Amino acid sequence: MVTTIHEPPTIELDRLPSHGSHNGGWRNLVPADGDLRRVKDHAPHPASTGIWVALASITMTFAAFTSALVVRQGGAQDWRHFTLPSVLYFNTLVIIASSITLEVARRRIAAFMGGAKSRAESPARWLYITLFLGLLFVAGQTYAWVQLKAQGFGLATNVSYSFFYVLTVAHALHLLGGLGGLVRVIGKLNHSVLRRTTLDATSRYWHFMGVLWVYLLFLLWMKL
Amino acid sequence: MAKIFAVIIVLIAIASAVPIVMHMWPMPVDISTHGGLIDEQYADTMLEAGISFLASQFLLAFFIWKFSIRTPGEKIKSFPGGATGLVAAAFLLVGTEVLALGVFGTKAWASVYLTPPAANAMPVQVQAGQFAFYFRYPGPDGTFGPLHPEQISEANANFFGLDTTHDQDSKDDIVAAELAIPVNREIHLLMHSKDVGHSFYVPELRIQQDFVPGLDVTVHFTATKVGKYEIVCTQLCGLGHYNMKAYLEVKSQEDYDTWIKQQAALQ
Amino acid sequence: MHDMSAHAVQHGAPTSFIRKHVFSTDHKVIGKQYYALALLAALVGMALSWIMRIHLGWGNFAIPGLHLLSSTGAPGNVLTPEYYLQLMTMHGTIMVFFVLTTAPFAAFGNFFLPIQTGAEDMPFPHFNMMSFWVTFVGFLVLVASFFVGDGPTLGGWTQYAPLSAIGSVGGPGEGMGVILWATSIGIFCIGQLLGSLNFITTTLDMRCKGMSLMRLPLTAWAWFITSVMGLTAFAVLMPACILLILDHVAGTSFFVASNLVINDQVLPHSGGSTLLWQHLFWFFGHPEVYIAIVPGLGIVSHVLITNMRRPMLSHRVLIYSMAALAALSYMVYGHHMFVSGMNPVSSLVFSFPTLVITIPSTIVVLIWLGSLYGSKLRINSASLFALGFVSMFISGGVSGFFLAQPSIDIMLHATYFVVGHFHLVMGVAAMFGIFAGTYFWFPKMTGRMMNETLGKVHFIMSFIGAYCIFMPFHYLGIAGNVRRYQAFTDDYLIPLIPVHKFITIAALFTGFAQLIFVYNLIYSRFKGAPAPDNPWEGTSLEWSTATPPPHNNFGDKMPVVYHDPYQYSVEGASTDFVMQTSPEKLNNPKEEQ
Repeated sequence: MVTTIHEPPTIELDRLPSHGSHNGGWRNLVPADGDLRRVKDHAPHPASTGIWVALASITMTFAAFTSALVVRQGGAQDWRHFTLPSVLYFNTLVIIASSITLEVARRRIAAFMGGAKSRAESPARWLYITLFLGLLFVAGQTYAWVQLKAQGFGLATNVSYSFFYVLTVAHALHLLGGLGGLVRVIGKLNHSVLRRTTLDATSRYWHFMGVLWVYLLFLLWMKL
Repeated sequence: MAKIFAVIIVLIAIASAVPIVMHMWPMPVDISTHGGLIDEQYADTMLEAGISFLASQFLLAFFIWKFSIRTPGEKIKSFPGGATGLVAAAFLLVGTEVLALGVFGTKAWASVYLTPPAANAMPVQVQAGQFAFYFRYPGPDGTFGPLHPEQISEANANFFGLDTTHDQDSKDDIVAAELAIPVNREIHLLMHSKDVGHSFYVPELRIQQDFVPGLDVTVHFTATKVGKYEIVCTQLCGLGHYNMKAYLEVKSQEDYDTWIKQQAALQ
Repeated sequence: MHDMSAHAVQHGAPTSFIRKHVFSTDHKVIGKQYYALALLAALVGMALSWIMRIHLGWGNFAIPGLHLLSSTGAPGNVLTPEYYLQLMTMHGTIMVFFVLTTAPFAAFGNFFLPIQTGAEDMPFPHFNMMSFWVTFVGFLVLVASFFVGDGPTLGGWTQYAPLSAIGSVGGPGEGMGVILWATSIGIFCIGQLLGSLNFITTTLDMRCKGMSLMRLPLTAWAWFITSVMGLTAFAVLMPACILLILDHVAGTSFFVASNLVINDQVLPHSGGSTLLWQHLFWFFGHPEVYIAIVPGLGIVSHVLITNMRRPMLSHRVLIYSMAALAALSYMVYGHHMFVSGMNPVSSLVFSFPTLVITIPSTIVVLIWLGSLYGSKLRINSASLFALGFVSMFISGGVSGFFLAQPSIDIMLHATYFVVGHFHLVMGVAAMFGIFAGTYFWFPKMTGRMMNETLGKVHFIMSFIGAYCIFMPFHYLGIAGNVRRYQAFTDDYLIPLIPVHKFITIAALFTGFAQLIFVYNLIYSRFKGAPAPDNPWEGTSLEWSTATPPPHNNFGDKMPVVYHDPYQYSVEGASTDFVMQTSPEKLNNPKEEQ
């Protein structure tokens, strides 16, 4: 990871011609004119490929949990349906809002890079807001767990509760990872060099956490 | 070294085939009505597998022998047909072979698992538990009494958890430690697990089926030869797994009738 | 000009001992660490198999010193029934995870994938370092189960529920032993996912100039395909282990049904699904066995090509076949469950892709055989083990024919036939792949040559020995010999005991041969003849750099690739091999463009 010591903190925009294009590293053919140097530019940044790899594996994990839920529910008669704690819906709004604020942050940072220096506010502000919303989400989830437990519905009360806790806790743990990523991005922004690819990868992960939550909410709402 | 290796491959391949061809440790004799299809499938597979095995090992040995010999100025040769030919061969030969095996094998499988038991099949329940099999016959009323798991007591030999005081249907149920059945009579085996996963395997009967805790599965079969055979557990169930067995006694109808009366008296 | 490789490694070479050899981010060090771990695990796993085999052949044999490992498990040095199962479970778990998934993929892959792609290192070196240490911790947690309470779990490496989920009422080792097992495997999954992340991003994003995907050697492709499988398969095993642990410690009932009775007590669980564990486990488990073998397919191809002095008949066909094997491996897992009680129609459905997967396997073997034809085969330890792999893969694959058919599986399921099948096609074949890779790459990794004579002795003893062990397993299975039995007390099994005795002797013989290998490895590491940069006259990038490679793999200048990976015996070329980095222009119509 590049750390420049003597320059003031900056935000770097990696100029990758392939950024956003779809002829990336998947087909790194040697060009007919033999100019091998062109091959380099087509490779996506590892952070970008890396985050897709991570998201693929997280998807598989939650797919496994989903099929476990479906099989377990279908195989026995002991499923006790219950109403989801209403705070979950509030939390959903919070996490969606956090994705919006994250996108605002990204665009502000890009604009700042592009020279729109008229903005006086720190580009990190919207990142802080996202972080706050993320923490609020986790607090809200914790509230849901505490509330259920106080009502006497624990992990082993019934298999429906078991899956509720397993899915929401697993999601929250992954979300904490996303929060860690945001903290790291803010740290780099303020103290060293933040690459565009790092910011993009972290954002992609964060948005995925939001999408995953919406999916889980829907699954729980349908099944529980 | 190459030549020695090639010879060793050939010797090992032949030595591997000998016990099969000579039936040194054969599959136990089939005493079931459905086993003929399984045995036929097995024999066909063994023939195809055997030929593929020997041919490919011999070819490997031959190529190792031949192409490790050095002649100066020799050029690399390509296998006739190249990759395309080999891919085509794989698809055609192996493809048709596996399709054939798959399609014909369906019949053997279906005869065991996808055909319902006959209406007059004799029901017997088998319960597997760490580390023994117990069998229950419905008795003259033809009905099995309900099971009460909380009443299971090994100490009192109430293996199934029957309540003969309160359940009418349980009163005439017969519980035995061996599975005695009349020859040439279809048996409908109701399989129940008391604790963990077990499996019911009688090689001669060409039957193997896991017990699934929480899900009562059934199999049906007809034995065609009188005799005593072993039922062994094949699903790892704990430290006594190796010892978990019972006897299958295929008796003439007369002997079976005598046996079941004796068992009823012992209850 | 934007240099992609600058993203990987920005630090200079480390100087302290700890940073150089212990907590290193250098993929080469990490590769060697994985190799050492796999070697240790293999020796432990092998020792366990000796104890098992001695006990199976001679049930009352007092194995000297065994009571030191466990006084309850081996009083008077004789194995108890439960301890046999516990050792068997550890043998399987250690071998499958810490040897077969670790050595061919993590060890060789970490060392050579960045070099073969022309990178300075992997893009996430700290994650890579973590992946090794996480795996190592997983190993420690697993081995710890030998020393706690009533020992390791006894449920087999497959840990079928409900036995694995009900706790210590199930038997010795079923309490803490299972928890440690599941925790160890969960930790292992994390290590694998971190590793897959690096492998995939290296292959896709870190290639040097001129290195198109089709110009990658077959080993790189094998590691790439394996890492994609690992990503998806281990991500399913981890949730399964989490749910299993919850059934143990949190009173949940994911896998434990209602009304189960042990020791006359009704268990408190209810509603759980026995089959759910099997579905989750085998969805992982089948790709896992391909994860164990696909790197071997790559290594064997790579080693054979170099020693045949010609490329394979078709580079692409091998790549597509490996990819087809990987893709199909997800569709066949139910063949482990034919008689499990799942819907019998599902059994038929699973049997078709299982039979079809024979096709890419056959294509691979035929391409190997076809490429041997007309080649200039060089015989050395590496090529011998590669050829031995071909023989083992054929043998193991052929027995798969039987097991793929549900009707025949009725007879062979859970017998020694299955044990023979997977040991040949996965255990022995993958080990031979590891040996081929070792003899081939040891010079590059250490700067020294291994002893060829010892290598050939190791090979001949192992080849003959392995067949003597595992071929008879098939006969035992056909005769109905059930597996996972610690002793043979059934009437029909007693006549088979002499076969078991023969197998045990073969096992000890073969085991001894492995000690020759270990001696060769250690001796050569310190006293072997110095190795040149390209001892085998190979073409791929690892041979174009120094032996052993410098910290950033290629020194001052990153390589530029002009050719396909296997330009051997090309018409009109100046030598019988043209390295990928050679600027020599070739008139080769087959060259990838």
